Amino acid sequence: MIQGISIHHFLIVSTLMFFIGITGFIIRQNLITILLSVELILNSVVINFLVFNRYLYPDQLQGHFFSLFIIGVAAAEASVAIALIINIYRRIHNIEADNVDRMKF
Amino acid sequence: MIDFSYTILIPLIPFVVFLITGLLGMKWKPLVSGIIGTIGMGISFVLSLFAAYQYFFVTVADGYHAIIPVNMLWLSFTDTLQIYMGILLDPISVMMLVVVTTVSFMVHIYSLGYMKGEKGFQRFYAFLSLFTFSMLGVVVSTNIFQMYIFWELVGVCSFLLIGFYYDKPSAVAAAKKAFIVTRFADLGFLVGILLLSYFTGTFDFDKLTQPGTSLFAGIAGVSFLGLSGISWAMVLIFMGAAGKSAMFPLHIWLPDAMEGPTPVSALIHAATMVVAGVFLVARLFPIYHFQTPGVLVFIGYVGGFTSLFAAVIAITQNDIKRVLAYSTLSQIGYMMVALGVSGYGGEQGLGFMASMFHLFTHAMFKALLFLGAGSIIHSVHSNLMKDMGGLRKYMPVTHFTFLIASLAISGIPPFSGFFSKDEILAAAFQSNKFLFYVEYITAGITSFYIFRLYFNIFWGKDTKYKHIPHEAPLNMAIPLIVLALGAAFSGFIPFHNLVTSNMKPFAIETNFLIALPSVAIGLLGIAVAWVLYKKENDLSGKIVKRMGVLYTATFHKFYIDEIYLFVTKTIIFNYIARPIAWFDHNVVDAFMIGIGTMSMKFSYKIKRLQSGELQQYAFVFVAGALVLGLSLLYFFGSH
Repeated sequence: MIQGISIHHFLIVSTLMFFIGITGFIIRQNLITILLSVELILNSVVINFLVFNRYLYPDQLQGHFFSLFIIGVAAAEASVAIALIINIYRRIHNIEADNVDRMKF
Repeated sequence: MIDFSYTILIPLIPFVVFLITGLLGMKWKPLVSGIIGTIGMGISFVLSLFAAYQYFFVTVADGYHAIIPVNMLWLSFTDTLQIYMGILLDPISVMMLVVVTTVSFMVHIYSLGYMKGEKGFQRFYAFLSLFTFSMLGVVVSTNIFQMYIFWELVGVCSFLLIGFYYDKPSAVAAAKKAFIVTRFADLGFLVGILLLSYFTGTFDFDKLTQPGTSLFAGIAGVSFLGLSGISWAMVLIFMGAAGKSAMFPLHIWLPDAMEGPTPVSALIHAATMVVAGVFLVARLFPIYHFQTPGVLVFIGYVGGFTSLFAAVIAITQNDIKRVLAYSTLSQIGYMMVALGVSGYGGEQGLGFMASMFHLFTHAMFKALLFLGAGSIIHSVHSNLMKDMGGLRKYMPVTHFTFLIASLAISGIPPFSGFFSKDEILAAAFQSNKFLFYVEYITAGITSFYIFRLYFNIFWGKDTKYKHIPHEAPLNMAIPLIVLALGAAFSGFIPFHNLVTSNMKPFAIETNFLIALPSVAIGLLGIAVAWVLYKKENDLSGKIVKRMGVLYTATFHKFYIDEIYLFVTKTIIFNYIARPIAWFDHNVVDAFMIGIGTMSMKFSYKIKRLQSGELQQYAFVFVAGALVLGLSLLYFFGSH
């Protein structure tokens, strides 16, 4: 609970972050940028968890644990994604999402 | 009460021998398998003689009873559908035990010489043992289902042994033919069994053949196509019997079956397996007699026709084994006639007794004829009569034993065939004059064709042989002599005291009005053969020319094989099989293929949705999630 700042302020920030992430995911071409967008989405979720925990159930800790969990998963996911991106780069010498359309049919 | 449970060893020993020689035989010298098989068979032979002695001469009190020393539950499907395996001893099965083991033992000894040095000697002995096991199984079956199992096993052994020389195309074809024809007949047998047991609720011979049983009450009202249900069942069962016993029109496989080794022909296709049909009818005789007398008459006519028909064909054949094969058909026809004209109990059951009597004597003299023929083929290396002649000088033992068998089959006293054939003719004379005359004429033809064979082989022209023919070696000569003793003297066995329709002895008297003419016609046949074939002359050729078309038709076995081929290949294949195949291919298959093709085409249409572009997927996903989320809010949110 922070004096003068209500829960709505936090939620507006996290919602903005979330949709910025979604937009980035859909419209950016660079795979690294897409990965950054995913991180942005995850972080917005983390903020939500923390805020709800802090404002609504101050004497419990589930939200915190979930946040830590998400950060851990995000790290693992980032390493896998970067490994994939490196392999894609080795194969087609760029990392444009439009060029990676072989996985179909 | 004597304990007969040792009789289970009689079929089991050949089975164990089959397992041993079949599995391990290839590792030993060929002769070892042969000797093991022969010793095993010898033990069975002694055991069944002992069992017959005990059964016929020790237990006698007031006629014989069916004894079931062993009966174990083999398959249990439900409380009522249970199948037993066991041993049933009654006069006919004990008699058959003796017949089968005697002939099989002789054939085992004989084959030691005849098959010596053949490729697959061990296989031959393994199959012989398997056959003997199965045949003994048929004979001692306690219920009709057990009999059916062994019945099929016998068929398989017959198939395997006819096709013994499996690198010879004609042998393979003959084996296939025998198998298919008998299988076709066995289909009828199976349906018959199912019908019979469905209505009576039992498989047991013991219950089914009880005179005056009430088991058939349930079937009385059922009828189909103008025949009652029980008649259908019994006709279909007879169809199985006719297939195995090669009755017209299912006889076509037997002459071809002569492609097998000669000892096999002697054992399976003369003495034992082919009389299984007669045995089956005899086993079910009370049902035939009490429930379906019409079917019994039908059986008599089928037998009568077959006996005359086959005897006529036998006159014209030139392959000695084929002559004997047709002769076998003819003699089995006799047995069927005897059953067909028989009544039940006492003097009425003369035909039944005569049939079993003839079965016994026929097994002896026909096995002897075949083994003699084998001995001749062994030394002349040909099946054809034209390659033989004057053999009496080279093969005295074979000649003498063959002569005894020929006299026996011609019904010349005091040889065995006279007694049994005389009883058959007497039985036919009592109840069916027409069949009597048919059989009477057949008796004359029989003695003619068998002496045509005899004179052509042992007298006739002096053939110049490339190799001087040699007498059979000792292990082939001994079975010949033993069987010759059987063929000469088995007529004196008092069958009317031992094997009768109701298991009680009755008295017979020789009817000279029948016996004398039947001997006379037998002698007439011999005399005609003597004139035509004793010395080389062209009389027979002239007669053949005079007969013209009649001879040609007979020589080609009345074109029965061709008719079968026409019916199957031309009619069934073209007009039934082909439309069905078309339907299967163009309707059934096409429907299933159509389902596959349609789903494949549909998937081609929609696969463009999978573009492979990541961001398109993401957009669809997010849009979908949004739509879902918004609609959830709209429908379930608090307004």
